[in-house]
Amino acid sequence: MSDTIQFVLDGKAVKGQAGQTIMQAAENAGVYVPRLCAHKDLKPYGACRICTVFVNGRPESACTQPIAEGAIVENDSEKTRQLRRELLEMLFVEGNHFCMFCEKSGHCELQALAYRYGVTAPQFPYLAPQREIDASHPHIFLDRNRCILCARCVRASREIDKKNVFQFVGRGIDKRIGVNSSSGLAASELDAATDRAVDLCPVGAILRRHTAYATPIGQRLYDIDPIGSDLEKTPVGA
Amino acid sequence: MSDSLPTAIRAICDQFENDPHRMMDIARAVQHRFNCVSPAAMDIIAAALDVARVEVESFVSFYTFLSEEPTGDIVIRLCNDIVDRFHGGDEVAAAFAQELGIQPGQTTSDLRISLAYTACIGMSDQAPAALVNDVVVTELSTDKARRIVRDLKEHRNPQRLVEKLGDGNNTHPLVQSMVRNCIRREGPVIFAPFESGKALRKALSMSPAEIIRNIKTSRLRGRGGAGFPTGIKWEFTRAAPGRTRYIICNADEGEPGTFKDRVILTERPDLLFEGMTIGGYALGGSEGIVYLRGEYAYLQRFLEEVLHQRRAAGLLGKNIAGKEGFDFDIRIQMGAGAYICGAETALINSCEGRRGDPRNRPPFPAQEGYLGQPTCVNNVETLCCVARIVERGAAFFAQLGTQASTGTKLLSISGDCKQPGVYEVPFGISLREVLQMAGAPCDAAVQVGGPSGDQMVGADAYDRAICYDDLATGGAIVVFAQERDLLEVVDSYMEFFVDESCGYCTPCRVGNVLLKKCIEKVIAGRATPTDIEQMRRLCSTIKSTSRCGLGQTSPNPILTTLKNFPALYERQLAKTDNGLQPGFNLENARSEASRIVGRAPVRQ
Repeated sequence: MSDTIQFVLDGKAVKGQAGQTIMQAAENAGVYVPRLCAHKDLKPYGACRICTVFVNGRPESACTQPIAEGAIVENDSEKTRQLRRELLEMLFVEGNHFCMFCEKSGHCELQALAYRYGVTAPQFPYLAPQREIDASHPHIFLDRNRCILCARCVRASREIDKKNVFQFVGRGIDKRIGVNSSSGLAASELDAATDRAVDLCPVGAILRRHTAYATPIGQRLYDIDPIGSDLEKTPVGA
Repeated sequence: MSDSLPTAIRAICDQFENDPHRMMDIARAVQHRFNCVSPAAMDIIAAALDVARVEVESFVSFYTFLSEEPTGDIVIRLCNDIVDRFHGGDEVAAAFAQELGIQPGQTTSDLRISLAYTACIGMSDQAPAALVNDVVVTELSTDKARRIVRDLKEHRNPQRLVEKLGDGNNTHPLVQSMVRNCIRREGPVIFAPFESGKALRKALSMSPAEIIRNIKTSRLRGRGGAGFPTGIKWEFTRAAPGRTRYIICNADEGEPGTFKDRVILTERPDLLFEGMTIGGYALGGSEGIVYLRGEYAYLQRFLEEVLHQRRAAGLLGKNIAGKEGFDFDIRIQMGAGAYICGAETALINSCEGRRGDPRNRPPFPAQEGYLGQPTCVNNVETLCCVARIVERGAAFFAQLGTQASTGTKLLSISGDCKQPGVYEVPFGISLREVLQMAGAPCDAAVQVGGPSGDQMVGADAYDRAICYDDLATGGAIVVFAQERDLLEVVDSYMEFFVDESCGYCTPCRVGNVLLKKCIEKVIAGRATPTDIEQMRRLCSTIKSTSRCGLGQTSPNPILTTLKNFPALYERQLAKTDNGLQPGFNLENARSEASRIVGRAPVRQ
């Protein structure tokens, strides 16, 4: 078939379809490429850079880079692991992340990736920013301290919920999640019951109230298997 | 009396046909009229344009020249580039602050005057400089600063601060600026005499394919810094399917120490517009946009007038120069203070009325650019070269310079030299010759290509050549004499990148802040060899993983000084004789903890 593309992923020959990204093709082959901003239900965004791979020696984000015939892709190597650890550490020191009492612990993708990549204590100084909490909504809690600016909520609100509840405000290190109302989440068009924007948050920045700590420690999502293992276990056509 | 806020803002939105793609013009007009785009104004704009309110807030909060909080009627923006600071900028800032009774970032209590810092405003050859609203004031001193404040308090008219006009078109009735061109050396491509319409008429006698072939034969490469072959870019854009195609001129000259485009825009606008019109014809487009950085707003009316004259002369508009069916026009899109908009996909977003976040590539602008159509973004100087190549032939151009770097290059030379200004030199010229022309000391450190360029070099590199394959530069050459502290230069450049990162991707947003902290630690004498190694690693991570050119180059000031001036760092390394970690400082550790908890330590 002419639209089949063959490339090499970590030394193994892999087939994908024209138009697929490296991340998609890798996933079909049962290879996990770590990510925070990418999500299967959303358009590729390329912000967190955790999925950085080397394509013929050039760094590219696997979530946005289309596969190319004959490309040599390096996904899991000491070089990429090193980059990923540093990026994870950057995210940890940028915000105020307190895993030990965060409601998202055990279900948090940032925490789970840190475990998977062996990030213990960050080598960088904590930036300890002052960030605003939006507790105006009766069912949803927005805590910018834990936000990693992945834009999943921004995109989910637009692409899936067909709304514009979230958008970024400010730039650079002052960039933060804004809400489409002049007074906070409660006055926005967010529907706590059905909006996917709430559920796609990879960290504890957008939380449903009254659901915290429902799962005992030891039984939480990432207590059982490391993040990404579901993708590694079920290669398509295997 | 003036209209009410809703009426006035709706009128502004109407003026731009309530088109969200004209958000920049709308926001700038609102800012100009009300000194801010207030939360109430955001509501009205969102309703008029039928967009989410948070989109307006998102846009406004991105650009330095737009603000949610009201500024004074007059905003004084002091250039805080390192060249300005080395030429007395800090003392000038202190004089402004003292005379106004406020600090940078503040507004006087009567809401008349705001004082702010801003990144390089493209006046490094006449530093220290500042913007007073759109008016440029140059060669500031503490005396001049005090006089400016007193005059402004008296007449409140920034234009009246211009006492002595600069040279050339700076005296034009629509410019009336004290800016000087400082053209020190004229070459055959940019500054040679130019007869308006000549190149265009010749182009129209050729086929678009022929023009593109000519550009390819000339081996012209992009003058903005990246050096992509222009002919190939044009060929891609022309070949891409689309309803129409756009040519955009990148006049967002923001690389610190670069100001050559400002001089082209002042003295050779016809050459530029001619190059763009030729581009319109060659690419098969009917609209061109000049994205002009907000700092150069003082040139806007003049450039509009030049466009007007070209329309009157039949060089823009319908059936240009008698060529049946060739319709093309150019509009000027103002920017609003964001270095990142010099990156082509960020610039396209900004032209479309969005935040200046760069886009993911692919698709490339040549495939899907402005409004989703194939778009070619070229630097000001590149487009001027195009016009000259068409006028004088590819062979004329290709015999200038070197085999791989043909033509001439405009250099903006500033810093510690006797003749700062703009020089048109053939590619291949040695750095030594350039520095001699500019009257630089024989042992100076030189930043070639601005902070994002990858060369901070010393005297041992003077025999290297200015060209794409050796010392590449978009135009900036900044000279630092022996007595200057290069670590202060590095620190200032890192501050620039922190301020200018759009914040889209992790490594650039966070990594640059961390690098800035590393450099501060080195300067404070608290860094250890381990810290230097960590800094190196961080540099490499940021370069490898950043999404666009900003983060991919922001560690360059650190990496090139580490490589070419290692002693700078070595002599700063902390040493202890008590066996304790030299990086640890009790007072400092405590002050950080105090900052985090928001109170002083309890003393027992």
